Amino acid sequence: MGEVLVITSGKGGVGKTTTTANLGTGLSLLGKKVVMIDTDIGLRNLDVVMGLENRIVYDIVDVVEGKCRLKQALIKDKRFEGLYLLPAAQTRDKNAVSPEQMINLCNELKEEFDYILIDCPAGIEQGFKNAIAGADRALVVTTPEVSAVRDADRIIGLLEANDVRNPMLIINRIRVDMVKKGDMMNIDDIIDILAIDLIGVVPDDENIIISTNKGEPVVTDNKSMAGQAYRNITQRITGQQVPIMDLEFDKGFLGRLKRLFGIKA
Amino acid sequence: MDLFKFFNRGNSSKDVARERLKLVLVHDRANVSPQFLEMLKGEIIKVISNYMEIQTDELDIQLTRTKSDDGERVVPALVANIPIRNMKNVGK
Repeated sequence: MGEVLVITSGKGGVGKTTTTANLGTGLSLLGKKVVMIDTDIGLRNLDVVMGLENRIVYDIVDVVEGKCRLKQALIKDKRFEGLYLLPAAQTRDKNAVSPEQMINLCNELKEEFDYILIDCPAGIEQGFKNAIAGADRALVVTTPEVSAVRDADRIIGLLEANDVRNPMLIINRIRVDMVKKGDMMNIDDIIDILAIDLIGVVPDDENIIISTNKGEPVVTDNKSMAGQAYRNITQRITGQQVPIMDLEFDKGFLGRLKRLFGIKA
Repeated sequence: MDLFKFFNRGNSSKDVARERLKLVLVHDRANVSPQFLEMLKGEIIKVISNYMEIQTDELDIQLTRTKSDDGERVVPALVANIPIRNMKNVGK
């Protein structure tokens, strides 16, 4: 029996889709059978982030309306064993799917997959309600900005109200240089405010943009810090204990000098 | 970097962000008007004043969130910080 995880945030543009793509890919690399569902009907993007935009025939609305079988709409990612995508419809609106239909869809997919990752749309309206309807667990993505943290707080409240228990936090796009200067909230500040458990921290990394340009998730890039952060989160999802990575790794001369003298800057 | 923090103490922009967020979330979470909190505060002061002398201007009431006892859920919590000046003798 699989597990349904919804990736949500409230605010748009904090990295829900990128997170879904990387965690889905990362879990498949761990040998899990994974399906990612894009529930952002009308504004689908998980397909382009994954580089699968040319392979769409049917979408989630076709499935719930019975125009095709579920199997026909699932796009198999040929690069990663066991990874599938169920794309959103681009020409319909959020009301084309109901929470009951989402629950049925999730239950059907649970039979066959280890993990079902749901990419939630921004906002707290119908699309959000659909996305969380069938979820067992929620991952809340935020960035260290007041607007994103405020919206994350609202989402945590709504998840609780809808019986999605124990949401876990992903802090995305943290910049160590700014945190050090006191110009960006640090991990402790955000956890203290939101009062939920942390499942991972992803540093701001230009490799994300480069890999998204190419349609290849950064989690496959062994040299990227963000890729490592996503690999760590996938391991934590499967229940392994992995320490939060040290983002303070300073490659420069000064960094090496500091390490030489044992100074933890 | 501690030296840096020393010079920057108290006015770094992240501290401003933190404090502003905390304030705005009090109201977001309460889902009630500031008047409601003021009314609640007034009532609490009235009741407690029957038993002890408190510093009303320092009284701080916030709606926030905390982990439930079993650690499974996040629950709303009313946190009140009420500085006491003196106990009254009515209870004896």
